[in-house]
Amino acid sequence: MSDDTRDDDRAAAADEAAAANPAPTAGSRRPQAPVRRLSSRRRFIRSAFLIGGVLGLAMLGYVPVAGAHRSRLRPPGALEEADFLSSCIKCGQCVQVCPVAAIRLDDIDSGFGIGVPSIDARAQACDFSCDAVQCILACPTGSLTYRKPASLATRPGMPLARAPLLKAKAKDAEPTLNLPERIGVARLSRPDSCLAVLGKGFRGQARGAGFRGRLRYVERDRWRPVAVRDHPYDRDLCNLCVSECPIGDAITMLATVAADGSRQHRPQVLEQCVGCGVCEMICPVDPAAIVIDARQPWEG
Amino acid sequence: MSASERLRVMFGAAPLKPERITPAAQQVHKLKRMTKADFEALKQHARDHQLVNHKWRNRRWAVLILVNLLFTFSFWLDIQMLEGSLTASRFVGFHLIDLNSALQVMLAHRHVIVNLFIGTATVFVLWVVLGGRSFCSWVCPYHLVAEWFEWLHLRLVAKKLVSDHQFHRGARSVFWLAFALLAVLSGYTVFETISPTGILSRALIYGPSLALGWVLLLLLFEVLYSRRAWCRYVCPIGLTYGMVGAISPLRVEYRLEHCFHEGDCRKVCMVPHVLDVVIKGRAPDLKTPIGPDCTRCGLCVDVCPSGALVFDIKGLNRLL
Repeated sequence: MSDDTRDDDRAAAADEAAAANPAPTAGSRRPQAPVRRLSSRRRFIRSAFLIGGVLGLAMLGYVPVAGAHRSRLRPPGALEEADFLSSCIKCGQCVQVCPVAAIRLDDIDSGFGIGVPSIDARAQACDFSCDAVQCILACPTGSLTYRKPASLATRPGMPLARAPLLKAKAKDAEPTLNLPERIGVARLSRPDSCLAVLGKGFRGQARGAGFRGRLRYVERDRWRPVAVRDHPYDRDLCNLCVSECPIGDAITMLATVAADGSRQHRPQVLEQCVGCGVCEMICPVDPAAIVIDARQPWEG
Repeated sequence: MSASERLRVMFGAAPLKPERITPAAQQVHKLKRMTKADFEALKQHARDHQLVNHKWRNRRWAVLILVNLLFTFSFWLDIQMLEGSLTASRFVGFHLIDLNSALQVMLAHRHVIVNLFIGTATVFVLWVVLGGRSFCSWVCPYHLVAEWFEWLHLRLVAKKLVSDHQFHRGARSVFWLAFALLAVLSGYTVFETISPTGILSRALIYGPSLALGWVLLLLLFEVLYSRRAWCRYVCPIGLTYGMVGAISPLRVEYRLEHCFHEGDCRKVCMVPHVLDVVIKGRAPDLKTPIGPDCTRCGLCVDVCPSGALVFDIKGLNRLL
């Protein structure tokens, strides 16, 4: 026990004695003994430091948010970043329902974003294997939502022109995804290394034998995603970003004839791109030639 | 009895009452002036102190570990019974949302969807029935870890290597208001960033994180500087559930007649201020319910040898 505790006990004993023999001026507070006054002042100062310290540490969480150098890809249906961070209750139910485990929870180095879901598309992109966008269904607070309330912010270029067509559902009665807004947009960021631009083909495992990512190959199994390393490719001209894109009319291979008569190819991102990141995941060159600009709007 | 007195008696004199009796003997004489029943009750009480009873602690640990494992296995083994984490989850499909997390989200986001409301209302009713702060001691994983580290703290205190520095308990109310205000003003759920309850719950389900370092720092602070500091002086979750527990019928009840005022209960209690009533002369009635800050952990029930503290359900005239 500390000195303070002993002081408190002693004081409590004194209080008891006083209660047993009420002083003539019952009800009036007795002046504190000097030792007790000192200890209660110490305790007060200590408490002020505790309050300042803990609140200060909690507010440090603003630093990574304000910095925002790392613009993270959020799951489909996510609100605008500020709304997303304020509404996410950090429960991870979206993580639990994702069939390809694309969603991870951020750590304390994200500050206020701790426990908030994000997707590292290069490691495992969202390929909509679940068809119904299960993470949106699972979200209890509306951080991920099919229908954003009118009061919440939307930036131009984020809403999709029309409901995205899910290639895997093309033959279903309802072939579209209930996803009104994109989560980002793909961009051919390194055309110099793009195999298609270089006119090269691709043979083998897209991401090597050690890659753990999975993808739905509808022709193999509609309901069970397959490890990318178990699905080798053999293409005369690499077009993995175009052929594996799960969304209809989101990316196409543009072919042009150059002045010398040779054919030039280049993947072209289209307005229906939702930003799922499958192209970034499947791109066989390292670093990927095509990447997702997370939370960026379509700029035409 | 002196030697001369003993000789005197041998030679025929009548024995006299002794002039001096040792304090120890006086004590025994005094005890024997009680009725026989009183004396036996006293002896029984002394014997009961030797009995080490962990009934409620063991039940509580079992429940706490089981609840948290149910979260973990629902994800790992995909049994899907309790999906999510302590901040929000679904129990076989029904939304459950932690009251303090819900409060933070509602204040920061200011938009409440139906599922959020349903989950919050369900949990509110659940903890009104179950005792409010019983969430702390029966569910919160940080409580259990802190309880283990408290044992270490008490060992070090006993060896005089560290001492317990107390804070003003009003600090927790300041924290509660400050975090509510920060959520409103900043639009971020600021408290969740440092909440060891959320961090531990997520770590148990989704795997270890850097944030566990913060939890370890808190535990070290508690071991080396201040006993159970987070739960006692900081955690707004505890205060939120405490307010819910204020109207709960499930509580610990103090029975004055059985109490020997030895204070063992206050030594084991994490919130000993709720047990002020056990101090000699403080109980206002024969039966007094313990206040809402009580976590219903049952340590006092276990440690009391005479049954002066028992679990009680208001209006239900029987012991649990």
